[in-house]
Amino acid sequence: MSEPAQQTQRPYRPEISRLWWLRRRSYVFFVLRELSSIFVAWSVVFLLLLVRALAQGEAQFRAFLDWAAGPWVVALDVLTLAFLVLHAVTWFNLTPAATVVKLRGRRVPPRAIAGGAYAAWVAVTALVVVLVVTR
Amino acid sequence: MADTITLEVARYRPDRETEPTVEAFEVPLRRDWAVLDGLNHVKDNLDGSLSYRWSCRMGICGSCGMTVNGEPRLTCATFLVDYAPGPVRVEPLANFPVIRDLVVDIGDFMRKLPEVSPWIVRGEGTSVEEGEYLQTPEQLADYSQFSMCINCMLCYSACPVYGLDPEFVGPAAIALAQRYNLDSRDEGADVRMDLLIHPEGIWGCTFVGECTRACPKGVDPAGAIQRYKLTAALQSLKSFVLPRGPR
Amino acid sequence: MRADHDILVIGGGAAGLRAAIAIAELDPSLRVAVVSKVYPMRSHTVSAEGGAAGAFASDDSLEEHAYDTVSGSDWLCDQDAVEAFVVEAPRELLQLEHWGCPWSRQPDGHIAVRAFGGMKKKRTWFAADKTGFHMLHTLFQTSLKYSEVARYDEWFVTQLLVDDGRVQGVVALELATGRIAPITAKAVILAGGGCGRVFPFTTNANINTGDGMALAWRAGVPLKDMEFVQYHPTGLPFTGILITEAARAEGGWLLNKDGYRYLQDYDLGKPTPEPELRSMELGPRDRLSQAFVHEEEKGRTIGTPYGPVVHLDLRHLGAKLIDDKLPFVRELCLKYENLDPVRELVPVRPVVHYMMGGVHTDIDGATPLAGLYAAGEVACVSINGANRLGSNSLPECLVFGARAGRAAALYAAGAADPGPSVAALARDEERRLTSGLRDRTDGRESIAGLRTGMQQAMEDSAGIFRTEESLLGGAARLRELQERSESMAVDDHSRAFNTQVLAALELSNMLDVAEAIIAAALRREESRGAHQRLDFPARDDESYLAHSLVHRDETGAHKVEYLPVTVTRWPPGERVYGR
Repeated sequence: MSEPAQQTQRPYRPEISRLWWLRRRSYVFFVLRELSSIFVAWSVVFLLLLVRALAQGEAQFRAFLDWAAGPWVVALDVLTLAFLVLHAVTWFNLTPAATVVKLRGRRVPPRAIAGGAYAAWVAVTALVVVLVVTR
Repeated sequence: MADTITLEVARYRPDRETEPTVEAFEVPLRRDWAVLDGLNHVKDNLDGSLSYRWSCRMGICGSCGMTVNGEPRLTCATFLVDYAPGPVRVEPLANFPVIRDLVVDIGDFMRKLPEVSPWIVRGEGTSVEEGEYLQTPEQLADYSQFSMCINCMLCYSACPVYGLDPEFVGPAAIALAQRYNLDSRDEGADVRMDLLIHPEGIWGCTFVGECTRACPKGVDPAGAIQRYKLTAALQSLKSFVLPRGPR
Repeated sequence: MRADHDILVIGGGAAGLRAAIAIAELDPSLRVAVVSKVYPMRSHTVSAEGGAAGAFASDDSLEEHAYDTVSGSDWLCDQDAVEAFVVEAPRELLQLEHWGCPWSRQPDGHIAVRAFGGMKKKRTWFAADKTGFHMLHTLFQTSLKYSEVARYDEWFVTQLLVDDGRVQGVVALELATGRIAPITAKAVILAGGGCGRVFPFTTNANINTGDGMALAWRAGVPLKDMEFVQYHPTGLPFTGILITEAARAEGGWLLNKDGYRYLQDYDLGKPTPEPELRSMELGPRDRLSQAFVHEEEKGRTIGTPYGPVVHLDLRHLGAKLIDDKLPFVRELCLKYENLDPVRELVPVRPVVHYMMGGVHTDIDGATPLAGLYAAGEVACVSINGANRLGSNSLPECLVFGARAGRAAALYAAGAADPGPSVAALARDEERRLTSGLRDRTDGRESIAGLRTGMQQAMEDSAGIFRTEESLLGGAARLRELQERSESMAVDDHSRAFNTQVLAALELSNMLDVAEAIIAAALRREESRGAHQRLDFPARDDESYLAHSLVHRDETGAHKVEYLPVTVTRWPPGERVYGR
């Protein structure tokens, strides 16, 4: 497509304010979700540190647990948990938009797909709880 | 119900001012009047220099998108009574350069649209003489939602990603690519995937979802893009596992 | 001087885009450009709802489609044009199918067809009730594939450049910047649509201001059959939004204030529960709109703040059928009338919908001016005669858009480049637009006031029923408005997107077209199709089996002449519906 030359007269380009994301709830959630990636990364690092400490023997593991019980680390982990939940919930809410499942020629309703994801989440959590409690 | 309502209209006259101002007009408040009828009243009776686009006044030509009280709306399908007692703020669509008053420059979208090959791609098409390509109502339903886009630009106006990164291909164009991908007559999905599988394409979208909420025709561009991402991810996975296998 | 383009297409609706694609397919080396005052996908084709006719079903025939069209036109069409049209319509619709148009389908995947007014067979292809929208977007998106098709989006053509007896380009105004520039070409195709906005109550979009007709007329090309203005029987009061004929084709009824299917009183057949083709609610639009006026005279319509209405009853069709086949009707009723047609009656009244007349062309879209072609509603070939059948206009845009494109391509291949005088012509036009209009500060007449005056004059004098007296009154009022329009008040002297200057230019176009309508209506002393003279109630084939041609005489006045219609196989007969 060749576009004939267009000289526009000084169109006004509005500047985007730094606080644009506070204008709307969905924008706030969007920014928080983007932010959640940092905490997802932290949870991975934390897990790796734990595994390393475990591999290095009991003394190292105890030291790790003491460090992890410090108020700052606990606070960080609580915050991380909150962001992970946000990440997971928004992710599950997205699944029905991304996946179109057809059963006998009919589209499975979006609620059922999201419901399935939540059900799987609850099931896995329950399994972990059982493993931890009955070990 | 009051007899009149105030329209606070954004004005921008590039030969006179360097940034927009707001002008207030009193217009009759009638049950049947859309915001567009209010603007027409202003233009015909109060200030003939007010500029805005409109044409079909039945929500299908896509000309009259503006920002009404902060929300992107078709002004022919947005009614004054819903904003009573007012005032109603009418501004140009966000995320676009403003040419004049309520008129924005959509040239960026017009340049991006052809980039997604929004037409039927068919290797060896049969000739018209051989009749129609068969397509069952179910196959039609697979893409018909995405074929309802009227290019009104409300989704671009609602999308913060497009606002921050104008290189992003954007909701309507990707939804239209998906409209052809899902059409049983089309064979161009691979071509379009190569065009869209980049950070300014489908991966630019972070699923804010505002485009789908803004869409006046129920197109669900956000859904179209997420489905596209899933297809793209599965395809990369496949080509990773079977590097020489068919795509 | 080398032309900027080989061919310019003025208008980006179905006819213009079809023409541009036809040119690109015929000869990719031709430099074609589409000039449109709106982005192509905003064109008024987008508002067409019901469908596009093409004889395709196994029980149908080209001959029947032709006969329905000829009788529907009250024998004023050219039968050679109709014969070419019915042959090419199905092919064009199939071509659109191959380009991706989402036509509604039968369960086995074949194209579905529906009934339509005045048609004896089911032959109307449809994409739910957004047929025009889907056709336009399919054509526009397909046109993007042809990178050789250039576009001037939001450029308003103000004049055809004519010298040496041939068209050599146009002068156009770029809306965004206010720049005025000549665009030269060897051939020009007018595809700018109709002129419904000369009337106050119309289904037509704001852009339908008869620009192409006025451009041609001022360049000395006659306008044909301008007295034939179609009223669609079912428009929503106040907005004039169209409720498609498909609503009746799917089984909707028209009821007067007593809940009575009044069409049975007007020689349109007997009411049946299921829709009967060429009968009752599926009669032709002219007869249905005229029946409404008679009901009004009998006091059997319903009064509303926006004039008398009758009711369209869709309730018995059920939510499923309405959602499948008429979703847009439901959407429009909910949005603009706050009512649900699944449960409530829809108020409707006749509304100006379509211009049967237009720029005089032959069956290849060629006008009498060398290099100038026209197609679509702006043109009059004529396949529509005195009354167009619903669902014939969309295929007309395709068939004659493609024909005009191919004919213009052949012409341009052998045509000379523009001569040296066009630059001077363009400078004169630029002066008229700037010092004569945009920069003028001494105008007194309000543009909106003049426009309202014109629309009222047209409704009072040239509505569904006309008399010599009404038409003479209308002519006098229009003359006065023309004179006052010499002094239009422009208080916006800026360049960027100056819609006041645009409105002034559109108004002058409409005034010229309105005068042509009245001039042609005054001269035709008979009643035929959409032209009903109370003082001459009968059809008169002896004197008026002929097209009117409105010329511009030396003084700039409208002069009417006649051209006999072409009859090939169907001699004039009685129009019979419902029996």
